[in-house]
Amino acid sequence: MSYLSNIYNGIKTLLTGMSVTGKYFLNARKGAITQQYPDNRATLKMFDRFRGEVIMPHDENNEHACTGCQKCELACPNGTIEIIWDRGIDEVTGKKKKKIDKFVYHLSMCTMCGLCIDACPTDAIKWGQNFENSVYDRTALTRVLNKPGSKVRAGIED
Amino acid sequence: MNIALNITQTFQDWLVGFMPEGAASITAMVIVAVIYLMIFAVAGLYLVLLERRVAAWFQLRLGPNRVGFQGLLQTMADALKLVSKELTGTDRADKFLYNLAPYFVIITSLMALGIFPFTQGFQAFDINIGIFFLIAISSIGVIGILLAGWSSNNKFALIGAMRSGVQTISYELSIGLSLLTMVLLTGSLQLSEIVETQKHGWLIVQGHVPAIIAFMIYMIAGTAETNRAPFDMVEAESELGAGFHTEYSGMKFAYFFLAEFINMFIIACIATTVFFGAWLSPFGITESLPWLGVFWFLLKALILVFLMMWFRWTFPRLRIDQLLSLEWKYLLPINLINIMLMAFLVWQKLTIQF
Amino acid sequence: METTVVNNNFKSEEYFINMGPQHPATHGVLRLLLTIDGEIIKKVDPDLGYIHRSIEKMCERDSYQQIVHLTDRMDYLSANINNEAVCLAVENALQLEVTDRIKVIRTIIGELTRIASHCLWWGVMGMDVGALTTYFYGFRDREMINDIFEETCGARLTMNYNVPGGLMFDIHPNFVKRVKDFVAHFKTKIPEYDRLLSNNVIFQKRTMGVGVLSKEDAISFGVSGPVGRASGYSCDVRKHHPYSALDQVTFKEALRTEGDTYARYQVRIQEMWESLSIIEQLIDNIPEGDFRVQTNAVIKLPKGEYYQKVETARGELGVYIISTGTKNPYRLKFRSPGFSNLSVLNHIAVGSKIADLVAIMATLDLVIPDIDR
Repeated sequence: MSYLSNIYNGIKTLLTGMSVTGKYFLNARKGAITQQYPDNRATLKMFDRFRGEVIMPHDENNEHACTGCQKCELACPNGTIEIIWDRGIDEVTGKKKKKIDKFVYHLSMCTMCGLCIDACPTDAIKWGQNFENSVYDRTALTRVLNKPGSKVRAGIED
Repeated sequence: MNIALNITQTFQDWLVGFMPEGAASITAMVIVAVIYLMIFAVAGLYLVLLERRVAAWFQLRLGPNRVGFQGLLQTMADALKLVSKELTGTDRADKFLYNLAPYFVIITSLMALGIFPFTQGFQAFDINIGIFFLIAISSIGVIGILLAGWSSNNKFALIGAMRSGVQTISYELSIGLSLLTMVLLTGSLQLSEIVETQKHGWLIVQGHVPAIIAFMIYMIAGTAETNRAPFDMVEAESELGAGFHTEYSGMKFAYFFLAEFINMFIIACIATTVFFGAWLSPFGITESLPWLGVFWFLLKALILVFLMMWFRWTFPRLRIDQLLSLEWKYLLPINLINIMLMAFLVWQKLTIQF
Repeated sequence: METTVVNNNFKSEEYFINMGPQHPATHGVLRLLLTIDGEIIKKVDPDLGYIHRSIEKMCERDSYQQIVHLTDRMDYLSANINNEAVCLAVENALQLEVTDRIKVIRTIIGELTRIASHCLWWGVMGMDVGALTTYFYGFRDREMINDIFEETCGARLTMNYNVPGGLMFDIHPNFVKRVKDFVAHFKTKIPEYDRLLSNNVIFQKRTMGVGVLSKEDAISFGVSGPVGRASGYSCDVRKHHPYSALDQVTFKEALRTEGDTYARYQVRIQEMWESLSIIEQLIDNIPEGDFRVQTNAVIKLPKGEYYQKVETARGELGVYIISTGTKNPYRLKFRSPGFSNLSVLNHIAVGSKIADLVAIMATLDLVIPDIDR
């Protein structure tokens, strides 16, 4: 008798399983979770906090907020950030002041841990939401984040 | 015997008009073979596409939809790619057997297609031992799989091939016996005569309870025969990588792949012919239009193919010993009892006929 | 003389087969050297080290804030729980008391991580026993959790959301709503998991009585997590040594006594329910407060040895820090759950078939970077 009930139970559980997949099959049109990625670029919006790459926002006067304090460089576990700095005369106060020459960011070494942005006292660097970072030449991954001719915004102190 | 059903014969009659009879029959055979080869190579590719789309719909995906309209050219492109690929192989493989194996598999599956009655008069070869021929030819395919696994010089492939041997030998029995159950009703092995019998109701209706049991057994054994999940022990991608065709690439791999899908179609075609009245329309609604028979035949076959795909994308794989105990402890005894039941039904004339 | 020849013809011969490092069932670069007789496994010899990145040595180089992000890369499926382990260890060493808000958020995120990990495991388990469709259903639900993480933490897999002293930023305003949506959604999906896979007769035949691990062996092999609990070994760190907000919630420890593959499967399904209930108890009243307690920019632990253990999705993760009072640890040792769980593989897989080995591997739920570190 257990022979027959085995067969009955077996077929019953198999049909239950088929009903689950069958339900999804019938709702296939609206149920698909696929994102057709390169086609949906226009509507694809990343979350605000998404960590794509480190960027340094510049305002309309080509000014950024980086004072060259190098806290990000210290916080980075991988040596991703390299700040080449210099001392120059501050136009307002006339004192000698540290300022950045180049803010070099090696995207190829970055693990997106967020410690540099966490460490930045002046919010000079932020997370960019661009994630399409593939390039043909890896030297293109070494970027200088401060734009040419940019300078630190007045009133930013470290 | 109604030989006129046969398309080879029709061709031959036409050709006899302008060449000697011997040459005409050979030319007719070659032409029909080439037509069949082309139709079913393309049909096999579209079965692959169907499988991929159906799998995608089961799995909340979209499936291939880029190449051509809704991805209709996807598998064509894949086939082109496979043709252009390098044929690699292993060191110290048995080169002769290694190269022979794919042809065993693909040729036997294409041969079986020749005898299906797609509609009235559209049948390449109406052999009078039709069912027997189908069972015989479908078990030759496994030789190709065994050769492939053995000659590849790869242990994973060998395990896959040995599993395949065990599996096919066992399930061959169930296929044969379940079809034999239905032959009790028709009294003939010839496929065209089996169709004739079904003009009084499809066999699954005529034979009611034992016929339904035979159909279920046939579908289980048929799925096992084609080495598809849940019986895909031969490939078992999570256990053996790719099983017996691990070491094949390019077009040789494509032959195995195509053969799997054509075999699936063959299993569905046999079921259509034997259980569901081949090209006969339900309740004879289009009896006056025999060419619609192709539509009915393909519709029934594709529904059965879909059923096999549904199995594949739902069930986990069995283990090799469970596979054998399912066959020898469950399917075979039930099958034997079922045959007796059917014989009793036929003897007592308890079948349903319209 | 003749009889020996006959005997030789029928003697079975053992052979070796390499499963991995590139094999679909080893889920990464684990290499198993199998000794097989036909289909029967005689010996399993795991060969590790293909993804060894010397994380422990790198920890000796890094400051305590920097160590946290390395733990993401160990057991990447319980990244948040790993982070929490290091942060807890550092906070304990500093005797830093974090706010209730931090504790509750850490617990919720940790349980979400556990569910996400188990979702992935469920999908892969189905795939390993041959039901490919489960993979996509599991990933669909995991995707919802990943979206929650991405919105709040900024990343989907390697979040690095915990820092010594709290959290890197506060939860996103949508967090509570999204988590509630997920809990409601997932409650309807676990029964579906059961209907599709757990109750399936083929699946039960494949898993019941396969790879049985007794309670005694579980303890002596140092097994932890769901693998240990399936053998009746009550080893849930969340229950015995509650950390963060786990002492404020009530939950049942998922325990089975069979110790076979099916029991391990059921324990994980049960754990998903328990995690959902923990989240439900906490999500409605996340206390107000700071999300971060200020620490020194350079954290120096007092001289001494510190140990903290947490329950990741795979079992007990221990963080053992030896500090000499400098800004880097002198030695940092991770006791990873995967390593101990892998050690039972030879013990329970011998005598079963290749297909069973795959099922056993699936329920041991190994993450190879966690084993190699």
